[in-house]
Amino acid sequence: MELFRKQTNIDFMGKRRLALIVSAVLLLIGIGSLVTRGLNFGLDFTGGTLIEVSYSEAPVLADVRQALADAGFDDAVVQTFGAENDIVVRLAPRNAEESADQLSSDVTSALRQNTTSEVTLRRQEFVGPQIGRELAEKGGMAMLVVLLGILAYVSLRFQWRFSLGAVAALVHDILVTFGIISLMQISFDLTVVAALLAMIGYSLNDTIVVFDRIRENFRSLRKAEAEQVINTSVNQTLSRTLMTSGTTLLVLLALFYFGGEIIHAFAFTLIIGVLVGTYSSIYVASTAALSLGVSREDLLEQKVQKEGAHLDPLP
Amino acid sequence: MNRYPLWKYVLIGVVVLFGALYSVPNLFDVSPSLQVSSSRGLDIDVNLEERVSNILRQENITSKAVISDTTKVLVKFDDGEAQERAQSALEAALDAQQNTVALTSTADIPGFFQAINAAPMVLGLDLRGGVHFLMEVDMATAERQQQDSIVDDFRSILRDERIRYQSVVANGRTITAVLRNPDDLAEAVNAIRQQNQDLSITTENRGADAVIRGAITDQMVQTLRQTAMEQNLTTLRNRINQTGVAEPSIQQQGEDRIVIQLPGVDNPDEIKQRINATATLEYRAVDMENDAIAAANSGRIPPTSRLYFQRDGTPVLLEKRLIVSGKQLIGASAGFDPQNGSPMVRVTLDGSGANRMFDFTVENVNKLMAVVYIEDRYDPDTERFRKYEEVISVANILEPFGKTFQTTGLDSFQEASNLALFLRAGALAAPMRIIEERTVGPSLGQDNIDRGFRSVMIGFVVVLIFMALYYRVFGLIANVALFLNLVLLVAALSMFGATLTLPGIAGIVLTVGMAVDANVLIFERIREELRNGNSPQNSIRSGYDKALSTIADANITTLIAALALLVFGSGPIRGFAVTLSIGIVTSMFTAIMVTRALVNWIYGRKAKLKALAI
Repeated sequence: MELFRKQTNIDFMGKRRLALIVSAVLLLIGIGSLVTRGLNFGLDFTGGTLIEVSYSEAPVLADVRQALADAGFDDAVVQTFGAENDIVVRLAPRNAEESADQLSSDVTSALRQNTTSEVTLRRQEFVGPQIGRELAEKGGMAMLVVLLGILAYVSLRFQWRFSLGAVAALVHDILVTFGIISLMQISFDLTVVAALLAMIGYSLNDTIVVFDRIRENFRSLRKAEAEQVINTSVNQTLSRTLMTSGTTLLVLLALFYFGGEIIHAFAFTLIIGVLVGTYSSIYVASTAALSLGVSREDLLEQKVQKEGAHLDPLP
Repeated sequence: MNRYPLWKYVLIGVVVLFGALYSVPNLFDVSPSLQVSSSRGLDIDVNLEERVSNILRQENITSKAVISDTTKVLVKFDDGEAQERAQSALEAALDAQQNTVALTSTADIPGFFQAINAAPMVLGLDLRGGVHFLMEVDMATAERQQQDSIVDDFRSILRDERIRYQSVVANGRTITAVLRNPDDLAEAVNAIRQQNQDLSITTENRGADAVIRGAITDQMVQTLRQTAMEQNLTTLRNRINQTGVAEPSIQQQGEDRIVIQLPGVDNPDEIKQRINATATLEYRAVDMENDAIAAANSGRIPPTSRLYFQRDGTPVLLEKRLIVSGKQLIGASAGFDPQNGSPMVRVTLDGSGANRMFDFTVENVNKLMAVVYIEDRYDPDTERFRKYEEVISVANILEPFGKTFQTTGLDSFQEASNLALFLRAGALAAPMRIIEERTVGPSLGQDNIDRGFRSVMIGFVVVLIFMALYYRVFGLIANVALFLNLVLLVAALSMFGATLTLPGIAGIVLTVGMAVDANVLIFERIREELRNGNSPQNSIRSGYDKALSTIADANITTLIAALALLVFGSGPIRGFAVTLSIGIVTSMFTAIMVTRALVNWIYGRKAKLKALAI
């Protein structure tokens, strides 16, 4: 079985204007949503308390809210979590430190009083406000280090134009994914940060494979124009790109559907990431490198110098 | 011809063997067990194993195995019912002050695997259920306490030397004493310097009055922070040991934080109350005129005394009048008595405590003095805190002493260092507060395990089928590599003692998805070479060669991302990063070397190979 019996010959670079428009629209929507709706920050970043309980029979959410309001938790956010009889109660951070200790047991007892069905504590999380700030700083730091590390490595292995192209693709992917997370109001917690960082690795992986081929083709297809070389390279790697994205998507879908509610946001973010990353490694990275004027000389330069250096000492 | 040298096959064989050996322990059943250990965090009695066995025999409870080491006795059972019965039997028969009995579970791993140190992966709290606390030690308060105690110290030194002063105040880290008479300056500085050798002391003569400034050095603050941390860790360990949680993990994180992980605990409130309990210390004179045993038996206690008990249960009558309390204790360290080499604890009191101690000991040479350890302990029966008092030492006053003195009569150096820590912990522990808390109930933990493994299996099987259909024989070869990759990943996680969490499982799933990438790259390259009219043998060779640098580049960049996650990430991010990083390394090995070995083995010798099943 093969996706493409013959070598495909799609004019990817010829459609780069269209791609530019698609990317621009995606970015605009994403940034627009980030500005207007913002991210739906989860407990890890806002601080506060989260309690997940399961009822033996599905409760009526309005009743649960009422029960909590009666117990003095007016600000409690109540949602079902995955299943009808699983609910999550979220509380904003309190001022008094002591109340946090007692909070969760007060909430669970309020929930138990109001119902005939059995209430089991599934999960309870309390995050102090300073932890939220720290985690946000650390997450941002990690993302920055990843980007810089990659910039350095790609510059070393390839050339600065490729490096900028790769980073442009990454920034594009991150912004678009952030935008979709914001648009869908996915709860933004630590697992989503992990997914974003994994996505950086994944998207880059894809980009590098294409770049590698471009470099090779610049050396072998001596007469071709830069645009043509890039087109050939993308076509040559196309079945691999789709194949790898396909298998990765398969396992991510397994994770999304069977991994449980807790891993949902993580799996979702990565699914988006893989889709956007696949698109960007074909279009954004190569287009950026092309627009920056990547040429054969850039890639051969190093080799020529080396050969010269080697020859010099000979009489 | 595509041949691999023999050593490569041998290398692969060895790696596969190791992978198999170290991943197999994860497949064994887990049996419910009980862990009996010292409630003081000490080594257990040598005969504890025998006592436990005897108790179980008396109650007719069959156990699968009884294993012990220096710190605990582990008893395995066939089912949870036997475990529960044994728990109540052991708790009833053993003294709760000496030993705790905790529920736990252990894998039934044959001795062979234990001999090579092969153990199953440690499950994270999100998978096995439990409580995670992150606590912050309030160093600012600890520093303030230190400043206050030095102020007290200055005052009492000046009072002792009969030097009149206007004021002694702490302003941040500088303690300033203003003397009324400048002529006293030299004398005062001498006295203060003698007793506070760590302080950096400066003076200023202002004519009408004189000023002495003692600055707390960075070194002192550093030491204070370290000891405050050490004390808090010790106190927490002791308290948590008493609660009978199996395999608690209490570790320092950064400069002023402590992470506590308690697997299997599903009631965080109870644990929090226990952690927040306070402990302190008192020095009291022993009532030498009345007989303690008689008083304990008759219940008639002299009005000026109170009845206390020592650790071994011996009654002691102590005078109600307090000599010194734990608030006046500023340091304690363990050591050996230079005269006879026996273990001892050196205690340092603050100025007012030292005065009282001196006055008392001058009048009471050759009499007995006792140290009482007081702690609010959680009583599981009444679900309430109970003040718990215990006489930890009774010693003869050999000569008068004040600021520093030593307590001897301890059994071992371990006991001495524990006592020193207890003393410091009781008196000095800086306040702590919980800044992060996560509890996962046992039902959610089991759900997470089930779902996690199910999604790994489904994702894995789907990829296997897909690869076999798409690349035929080469797909099957890739599948062997993929399976081996999973085995090696699990083996590596088990060997490093890494903790498997739900994000870790996600990392495994993602590794499976990405591990095929290397094979896809190679196989696509081989197809391309075949399309270009190359011979099958040549296509295999150049396919592998040409794909290699791409694979290396792609994996190294992903590794950069994974390592950054590992360094900067915390909690769930780290669990994910660990599996991802290991997965990248193992997948490089399996996807390149193992598949090549298999391809060479199947096709490599066939000189007239016409076609490849790819």
